[in-house]
Amino acid sequence: MIAFWILAPFMVLAALGVVLSRKAVHSALCLAVVMVSLAVLYAALSAPFLFAVQIIVYTGAIMMLFLFVLMLVGVDISDSLQETIKGQRLLATIFGLIFGITVVLAIGQTVSGAVTGLTKANENGNVYGLAELLFGKYVLAFEFTSALLITAVLGAMVLAHRERLAPRKSQADLSQERLMDYARTGAHPGGPPTPGVYARHNAVDTPALLPDGSASEASVTASLRARGQVREGFDEDIDAIERQVTGDDE
Amino acid sequence: MSPLFGNEALWVVALKALLVFVFLVLYTLFNIWFERRVVAKMQHRIGPNVHGPFGLLQSLADGVKLGLKEEIFVKSADKLVYFVAPILAVVPAFLAWAVIPFGPEVTIPFTDTVTPLQLTDMPVAILYVLAVTSIGVYGIVLAGWSSGSTYSLLGGMRSSAQMISYEVSMGLSIAAVFMYAGSMSTSEIVSGQHSTWYFIPLFPSLVIYVISMVGETNRAPFDLPEAEGELVGGFHTEYSSFKFAMFFLAEYINMVTVSALATTMFLGGWRAPFGIATFWEGANTGYWPVLWFFLKTLTFIFFFVWLRGTLPRMRYDQFMSLGWKILIPVSLAWLVAVAFIRKLRSEDMMDAQLLSYVAIVAGLLLVASFFLPSKKEPEPEPEVEFDAFAGGYPVPPMPEKVTK
Repeated sequence: MIAFWILAPFMVLAALGVVLSRKAVHSALCLAVVMVSLAVLYAALSAPFLFAVQIIVYTGAIMMLFLFVLMLVGVDISDSLQETIKGQRLLATIFGLIFGITVVLAIGQTVSGAVTGLTKANENGNVYGLAELLFGKYVLAFEFTSALLITAVLGAMVLAHRERLAPRKSQADLSQERLMDYARTGAHPGGPPTPGVYARHNAVDTPALLPDGSASEASVTASLRARGQVREGFDEDIDAIERQVTGDDE
Repeated sequence: MSPLFGNEALWVVALKALLVFVFLVLYTLFNIWFERRVVAKMQHRIGPNVHGPFGLLQSLADGVKLGLKEEIFVKSADKLVYFVAPILAVVPAFLAWAVIPFGPEVTIPFTDTVTPLQLTDMPVAILYVLAVTSIGVYGIVLAGWSSGSTYSLLGGMRSSAQMISYEVSMGLSIAAVFMYAGSMSTSEIVSGQHSTWYFIPLFPSLVIYVISMVGETNRAPFDLPEAEGELVGGFHTEYSSFKFAMFFLAEYINMVTVSALATTMFLGGWRAPFGIATFWEGANTGYWPVLWFFLKTLTFIFFFVWLRGTLPRMRYDQFMSLGWKILIPVSLAWLVAVAFIRKLRSEDMMDAQLLSYVAIVAGLLLVASFFLPSKKEPEPEPEVEFDAFAGGYPVPPMPEKVTK
């Protein structure tokens, strides 16, 4: 009971954080806090197996995949609060409240009194009790669920699958291609110069300087060039230095 | 499982927790020195040898220096997550040690209290370690994301993908141990190995576990999340001072954790090696087992360092296909085989002699397969359009080719 009263406020706060935080990654983190707290509650309720599995499966795998996708897609931008469907907020509030009240009432009615049967269920240990139910009484449901999950995985694979049209280029092919390019057009077969060489900064957006002091286009990635984020204005810098140097000379 | 677990006096638990903490911090300092010395030996250098005997105090000095460095908060970082990430990495690393058995039951000196040399145990102890380490991954992933740097983000992403992939094969190899021990508690797995250590009947599981444990701890040749040649420092590029030290500590503790798990599950835990117990009765009692346990984990640490000194870093796609296309199918097949063997043994349809013959034949076949020349698939000739000026010189078409 102590565990419950310590964890419950945390869980409620974190659950509110899931809904209220602006950044998607923060929401995901709050959800992870809820899941871990739930797992600790399972442990406090003498369900150690569920505790471990909850953390491994939900926090360790599913939330991690969530985070992976969030980071990959880069959903950092705060969502706009504009309603796109008319009356959505009101309807969502009403149905959310109805659902919440139903759940509270349903659970409140089933577990209002003292809970019995825990010692009997955990007689041979928690893991044995669970295994007996899963592979005895509910074996069909268990197997069907796993079949369903495997089907879903296969479906995802089919949906994401893309037929390869041309054979994959190996490293040897690529290097041969580069040398062919060199023979044909004289393009340099090596890597492009790193940004910031001989320049005044070594950041990725600073082009390397050629011996004559002009910026080397190839040293900055194409995406920065396309976005127009290449740092410019080096002529001024060089001029300033030149002035300094010649000033000292005079 | 000893009935003492969970029913001990508070001071005993606190004392053991403190000792585990001290052990881990000292072991980490020792490991950093050990790794530097061993890898130096492998590269014909000497390594740290100035401060303290054999240079043992070098890592202490480095640690103090690291702690006194300037603490930098990156401007574009997500402040809260950036701050929490190192804590999230280091706390689970310590937590995992709550269930690692160091030895049998002993009396605490100067008292009559008997206690097992293990902080606590639970029926799902190994799963608990897996769960706790999977939380530790959050530290790395969030550090990568919150730093606001592309290198860090790439490191964090690689790390999460790596952990998810290698945790599967690790879990499958551990499941075979569960089948043999009939329990998931660490102390019972150790007591189940009083005659045979599990690496003999479960050798393929050990191999799979060792490969995936290197993948799990981001160590060479699988250190892609922090590949310094590609990502500067990967997920910890933007961290300095004490926060960086925490990641460092977490990585070294995780190395010891997976080594300790491997020791517990496959190498008999704290039991004395090489049959020492047959001629020395006391080898498996009292505080001696702590020594055996330490030596066994150190063997694994040496293996980690050896790998680092020998193998170049893998390419990311090779690493992923090793995990998903080789390790997971092999461990699935092996798990099914273990289940069949256990069933046949329990039904008395297969005695130990037959089983060892089968194992020897399978091993010989496996070794023989290494000597087979790898089947070269006849490469489909790439349909290259005929170029009359290949390489800049006019050339005639190859005789068997039909010009289009």
